[in-house]
This record gives sequence, structure tokens and C-alpha cells, in this order.
Amino acid sequence: MSILINKDTRVICQGITGKAGEFHSKNCLEYGTKMVGGVTPGKGGETVLGLPVYDTVADAVEQTGANATMIFVPAPFTADAILEAIDAGIEVVVAITEGVPVLDMVHVYEVARRSNVTLIGPNCPGLITSDECKIGIMPGYIHKKGSVGVMSRSGTLTYEAVWQTSNLGLGQTTCVGLGGDPIVGTSFIDLFKLYEADPETEAILMMGEIGGTAEEEAAAYVKEHVTKPVAAFIAGRTAPPGKRMGHAGAIISGGKGTAEEKIAALESAGIAVAQSPADMGTAVQRAIASKRS
Amino acid sequence: MKIHEFQAKQVLQKAGVAVLANRVATSPEEAAAAFRDLGGSIAVVKAQIHAGGRGKGTIADDPAQHGVQLVKSAEEAAEVAGRLLQKTLVTIQTGPEGKVVNQVLVEAGCEIARELYLGIVLDRAEAMPVLMVSSEGGVEIEKVAAETPEKIFKEHFHPAIGLQSYQARKLCAKLGITGKSVRSADAFMRGLCRVFVDYDCSMAEINPMVVTKGGELVALDAKISFDDNALFRHKDIEAFRDLTEEEPSEVRAGEAGLSYVKLDGNIGCLVNGAGLAMSTMDIIKLHGGEPANFLDVGGGANAQQVTEAFRIILSDDHVKAVLVNIFGGIMRCTTIAQALVEAYKTVGFNIPLVVRLEGTEVAEGKKIIAESDVDIITADDLTDAAQKVVASIQSN
Repeated sequence: MSILINKDTRVICQGITGKAGEFHSKNCLEYGTKMVGGVTPGKGGETVLGLPVYDTVADAVEQTGANATMIFVPAPFTADAILEAIDAGIEVVVAITEGVPVLDMVHVYEVARRSNVTLIGPNCPGLITSDECKIGIMPGYIHKKGSVGVMSRSGTLTYEAVWQTSNLGLGQTTCVGLGGDPIVGTSFIDLFKLYEADPETEAILMMGEIGGTAEEEAAAYVKEHVTKPVAAFIAGRTAPPGKRMGHAGAIISGGKGTAEEKIAALESAGIAVAQSPADMGTAVQRAIASKRS
Repeated sequence: MKIHEFQAKQVLQKAGVAVLANRVATSPEEAAAAFRDLGGSIAVVKAQIHAGGRGKGTIADDPAQHGVQLVKSAEEAAEVAGRLLQKTLVTIQTGPEGKVVNQVLVEAGCEIARELYLGIVLDRAEAMPVLMVSSEGGVEIEKVAAETPEKIFKEHFHPAIGLQSYQARKLCAKLGITGKSVRSADAFMRGLCRVFVDYDCSMAEINPMVVTKGGELVALDAKISFDDNALFRHKDIEAFRDLTEEEPSEVRAGEAGLSYVKLDGNIGCLVNGAGLAMSTMDIIKLHGGEPANFLDVGGGANAQQVTEAFRIILSDDHVKAVLVNIFGGIMRCTTIAQALVEAYKTVGFNIPLVVRLEGTEVAEGKKIIAESDVDIITADDLTDAAQKVVASIQSN
């Protein structure tokens, strides 16, 4: 078991004929992902990496039975691509693209919420179920099959956490990069529900960052509903207020969303908080040990 | 992206949101002409910089002069403009270094009955824009939110249909706006919400919004910022960009495709990924150091970008050591190692450089550094890297 994706997930890539789309589709194929095709409007009938290219997502779904998509189309067209995938009945939509206008996402989020889709991103590294299915840009080899569910708003920080849990022999079930934008399709709480219900996931590690209140809301949810051990790290403790730290989401305004507030909320929910980014793996061990005792 | 008050007022005026008659001036003569042109017995001269707190802020070498001043003649307008233009204005938001005033806004006066607050931001939790109003105009909204949150009223609105009239009327009732002013408030609020959506704003703030003695609502101040990701569809707004208001090293980094924020410490950082970059700053601080910057080279940086990143970091005189932290994903460690060695030679390093590499092709990357003749301190993990870079400064 795992969450959202596994070895049977049938994946297409929207934007497969672009440089990034092709490069990462190739890496996903090499990891073992069941890639079944691609979509680029106007290029239907072509072949990329031995995969058939379709003009529309609807065509691709009909011909290949795809149930997941990885989106690499340029930012001005990403909202349209996500909406097309939802309309075609794709179950897991992963938008890697960075720089999507936030008001576009207001519309997309509303449509996504009304349907049964799981939208990951935009501006995210994607998600991966160790040894089964990789949909995204993360380096596959750092992942090891194991017991920790990992989720994060950042890319390379997730790699760091995965690396630490792999080195400690814990490994991961499914690792999800939620994306760094102010509005993303999936929240920590959505994933806590899935990890809690997944029998293979024994512990959960979340990495948040300054800005917004997603971590505080997640903490409140964990306190009420999560029985599994949970560890966390918050990036951006030293970031000055009002400055944008790469991620549009990582901006503190009006004293809200500071690292201190978030850490306090997490600790009060019984979550093991890593004080240093070097201790994310050991924080998971601490969380597991304290649940056992 | 931020713009000036006078530019924001142009945007508002175009959208039919009420502002007072005004003129921009870049010299005392222009300010005097503007006063005569406006034709009133009073006007307000306002320094134009990208920071709030101008009314209370003062000119660096002329502490009696504030950034906003009421004037009663063309001569006085010229005199005040002369004391503001090309001078450095220091406000609570500019930091002690202040900002140079390149233009002033000369604006007609009005008879104020009430001062209110009106602002629009994106509510991330609801994934919707929200209009916030408060009876406490002219005060910082953060202060109102912290001390008297019951004085702030909110209405979310859908971008496709905009704010509805009933929502404006609800807010009027909360603010005690009555009679014919309700109609003026309805037009004002709905107009501002339209501006927020039509121009992809990230924030639109009117503080204060005044009710005149004639019962009309008017924007006395206007602060608008825009979603950088949406500027591609607003070329007219992009033209408003004022590079003199931005940190030069941050502008330079932006041109090279790097995300850079200057800070006050002395340890330069070069990292891939925003989350890891923030975490690297955090771990430096945890081990007793102070980061000099946030720098994210992105997912696929090349040798030129890494070289430019080093140049930008080293252009800050406070930097006494540099920490490179790369977790290779798409970016291979060999690429970054080669770029490091090249950059080290071209840029000319005379301070300690600590490098921590992990991820794709890490062994080969480390080998490239070991076999080069550059003086790089290598680190095995995050903690090791932070400790080594902090120690390198202390021993220097």
C-alpha cells in the first residue's frame, strides 16, 4: 500500500514534447513509472520516448486509460491544462510548473474542490511512491521503500528529509511535494487523512515553512484525528518579515505565519519538531519512540 | 511588484475609483505650477517612495521636514518640493538608510468627515480574495488587527463575478455609512475589487479612504502591489516598475534568473531550492552564525549563473565566508562542482568557501573539487557545513 499512486498508476505527461516534459518523462520511465502517453495540442500522432502523443487529454484517457498526469506546460497555460485534465476525469493531477498567476489558481482550486480530483501543486517537485511510481522531478535513487509518509511545501528540502530517513533505514511510503505557492491543490490535512488510513505508513514527516496558516491548521487536525507518530520541521526561522523568500508563499505579513507560532502550534499537538534541518530524520525516530512508550 | 502612489492613483482613476485631482512634480517649479493648476487654496505635497509611514517620516539631514505636508500657496508648494526632491526620506518602513525622493505628488485638498480603511488581499485559507474594511482609517491595519480585531469587517468575493452590491451595503452598515454615501461606497468598493482582479494585484490598500463633508468616498492614499507571475499579461503595469526603488543586487540577481534577498549577516549562502535555502540560513544561525543573504540558484543552474551568484554574494562587503549547499536533483553535482571550480578562479576568492554536496552524481562532483587546485573546505552534511563555515569566520 501507499497513498495516491502505485505501480499500477497509468501516467501521461502534458507538455511531453517540450524540453522539460521529455526529460522528466524519460526519468520517470527509467524509475519504473507506467508512463502511457503524452499530450501536446497540435502534435497528436507524434511519438516521444516511444510514447504516443495526443491533442487532448480526453483522447489520451480514452486511448490509454490514463488516470494520472504530470503537467509541464508554461505558466500562462497551466491553469487551462489542469482544468482540461480534471474535465477528462484524471484522478491525480500533478502540476510541476512554477510561476502560475495566483488568481488563475483561485478558479482552478474551486473547480478541483467540486470534483474528485487530487491536485498536487503547482510549483512542486511532484510525488513518488518508493520503488513503484515517480511523477515529478525528484531524484529517484534517494528514495527507499519504507514506512514514513513525507510531505512538504519545498523541493530540495524534501530531498534532504528523504535522504535522512533513507540513511536511518526508515524509508518512505509515498513522498509528496505540495508546492510553494499561496494556493495549491492539496493541503497537509488532505494528506494526513490519507497517511492515517494507509496501513503501510507508520509515521508521518511534514516540512512546512513561514507564511500562511497551513501548518497551524494541520497541527489542530493532528491533535484531533491522527494516531500515528508525527514529526515536523519549519523552514524560515531566520527570514526577515515582509520579504519574499523564493516561494511566493514564504512571506510573513503582519506578524502572522512566523516560524515561532507554527512551532508552538505543532508542539502543542504532540508533534516532534526538529530544531535543525539536519535532524528531520531523527525527529521521526523520536516521534516513533515517544508513541511506543 | 510595487508601484508609487501616483501610479496607483492613475490605475484607480482609469477604473472609475474616486481620487482627488493631482499632479506629479519633479522640480519646485513644477510643484508651484501644479498648485496653480489645481486651483484650490490648499494642496498636499507628498513624497513618492515605495514605503509607508511617509507622513511621520523625516528627511535625513532636515528632521523638521516630513514626507507629507499641507501647503497654502504655490510658493510654499515649491519650497516644500525643494526640501523633499533628491533628498533621503527615512520612515519606519525604509530602514535607517531611507529612500531618495525622485518625485512628489501635489494633490488637491478636501474636507474630511471621516477616515476609514479599505484593503484587498488574497485569503490563502479560503483561496479567495477578501475585501477588508475598518472604521480605524489612517492607522496601520496590523495594529488594528492585533488590538481591536472586532473593528475589521470582511467580505470574500469571487474574481469572476466581483464584489456584489449587497456585500458593499453590508459593509456600509458595519461602518455606519448611511444615506447617499452608500451609493458612493458601493461604486468605490466594487471598483476597487475590479481593479484587484483586472490587474492581478497581490494587495490593494486605501488607507485612509475618506468620506468627504459632501458625503463622497475618496481614496486619500493608495498602495497597490502586483503578482509578479501575472505581469506577462499587464505590460502597462510592468512599465511602472521603478528600479531605483529596488535593492541593486536583487535586481541583478533577478536578471540572472536567481532568487536573492540581501540580509544583515556575514555568511554568504548559495543553495538550490527555496526551502533548503531558508533551512540553510536557519542552521547557520543555529550554530551561532548570521546569514548575509538568501540565494536560490533554482533547479537547473549553469556555470554562468553560479559565477554570477558568487559575484553578487561577494559584492556585499559584509560577507566574510561563503557556504554552498546543493542537494542535486535535476541539477547534477558534477555540474555544480565544475561551476564552483570555474567561478572560484574567475571571481577571485579571498575568504573561506565551505561546500556541501549531496544527491545526483555526488561522488564524481566531490572528486572534481578534490582534484582541482582550489582551496575549498568540504563538508559531509548540513551540520558539518554550518559548523565549518561558522568556525572559518571565528578563526579568521
